Amino acid sequence: MLDSLKRTWVIAKREFGAYFATPLALVFLIIFVALTGAFAFYVGNFFDRNQADLTSFFAYHPWLFLLLVPAIAMRLWAEERKTGTIELLMTLPLSPAEAIVGKFVAAWAVIGVALILTFPMWLTVNFLGSPDNGVILASYVGSFLTAGAFLAIGSCISALTKNQVIAFIVAAAVCFLLLMSGMDLVLNAFRGWAPQFVIAAIQSLSFLSYFEDFSKGIVSLPALIFYASLIAFALFANRIVIDQKKAA
Amino acid sequence: MPALIEATELKKSFGSIKAVNGISLTVTSGEVLGFLGPNGAGKSTTMKMITGFLEPDSGTARIAGYDVQEQPLAAKARLGYLPEGAPAYAEMSPASFLRFVAAVRGFRGAEAQRRVDIAVEKTGLQSVLNQTIETLSKGFKRRVGIAQAILHDPDVLIMDEPTDGLDPNQKHHVRELIREMARDKAIIVSTHILEEVEAVCSRAVVIDKGRIVADGTAEDLRQRAPYHGAIAIRVSSADADLIKTALQRFTSIAAVETVGRVNGHLHLRALPKSGMSIAAEVTQAIRESAIVVDEIYVERGKLDDVFRQITTSDQEAGHA
Repeated sequence: MLDSLKRTWVIAKREFGAYFATPLALVFLIIFVALTGAFAFYVGNFFDRNQADLTSFFAYHPWLFLLLVPAIAMRLWAEERKTGTIELLMTLPLSPAEAIVGKFVAAWAVIGVALILTFPMWLTVNFLGSPDNGVILASYVGSFLTAGAFLAIGSCISALTKNQVIAFIVAAAVCFLLLMSGMDLVLNAFRGWAPQFVIAAIQSLSFLSYFEDFSKGIVSLPALIFYASLIAFALFANRIVIDQKKAA
Repeated sequence: MPALIEATELKKSFGSIKAVNGISLTVTSGEVLGFLGPNGAGKSTTMKMITGFLEPDSGTARIAGYDVQEQPLAAKARLGYLPEGAPAYAEMSPASFLRFVAAVRGFRGAEAQRRVDIAVEKTGLQSVLNQTIETLSKGFKRRVGIAQAILHDPDVLIMDEPTDGLDPNQKHHVRELIREMARDKAIIVSTHILEEVEAVCSRAVVIDKGRIVADGTAEDLRQRAPYHGAIAIRVSSADADLIKTALQRFTSIAAVETVGRVNGHLHLRALPKSGMSIAAEVTQAIRESAIVVDEIYVERGKLDDVFRQITTSDQEAGHA
């Protein structure tokens, strides 16, 4: 068990380093911080609201993640398959689960760094007024979990192809559908032919409703279970995909 | 001698293509097995199954007694593998890449550094240690791949075309390295360079269309060459008939053929009946006929010819 954790850690460290060895991580960090700020101020009308909170800041996170997280996830496995390093990785004495979790943790950490780098927003509202910092913390947790869920899905999809562009587009599309699954756009496609429980199930997959809970300061058990099980399921699917497709 | 590599009836199909169709082999400590075959014969697929990267449709592979599918961690801990094309993380330097491999293999601190240092020294990577791998020449990339494979001093070493793309000096160096390590390891080296088999391998296995078509030493293979043991003689044209008649008296000589004619000299070749040595007979014939021979040598047969013969015979039969 301890050895397993150590190996996972070694993989995560290498992978984290790989993000920073190319401009990818840097570009991601800059764009994420710039866009979250820009959206909060210009689209979310941060100042006009005249409220010392970060609602207008967090509201756009899922939509930014929709594009930015697949960009982080796309290389996780597609690149290994394209360059053949997957053969090296999978013949080292470590289990596929350790490799998958290690890579996932590294990519999630990059996103974590991006979220931490938005701290000037938090400083700003605390300077301008006295916001409910509990709500802000919960919102950060919700944002991080949403990114993690997108990332797990993106990782799984990245394992399906050698082509990073395809991995990016498909992951973004799947995440979009999941994000919208509580809305009529998606639900109408099922209404009329699918039984009610299927529609209810799809509706319950909606990220937005869970994310809104967090941004109201509610850290609910169902939401945590939702995110945890979604990430676990996607990574489990990732494992199956790797076993099936690693040599193709 | 315990078998360190043991493959039993490995089979693998991709769709309707039978890539590997029942390959069994064992390699013991001290042996270097040359794995030969035309491109697409199933060499790489077989190696991928032995290393546990690919799951066979049926059959088993064992490394140092551990089944690679049932006990993958124990098997892989005792295996060093150089995959085809020597893949490595391009954005890393050889130093950080090797430290990563050492860490995954469970080496820490000074021990890890010692292992990396030894591997670097053996493969001659000192001069490029801190360059990124993507900027390295093909030869250095290959050496990085070899370094990661030997880092943990494994009992079993499997290398898919270790000298592919190297210049003659580098090839020589890698072969030296393999020979040096062979003493206490079981090694499989795939190649399609036949001279390599003679240079480093104690045994050669030829596969074609997913099956083993020959298994033996380089010398065994040579004996299957069409002109193995034949004796070539160059004489002046005037003496040709004389020596031909003298040779044909011997029952151990199957035939005497004329190979070519250059500047009034005739190039003859005496073919032995299968498995016989005819050197004594030929020298006797020369003495008795009292002619002057310009040149005489025993043909050892070309491995290339053997290779072509055993890996294309099927095809021709199929077309006929």
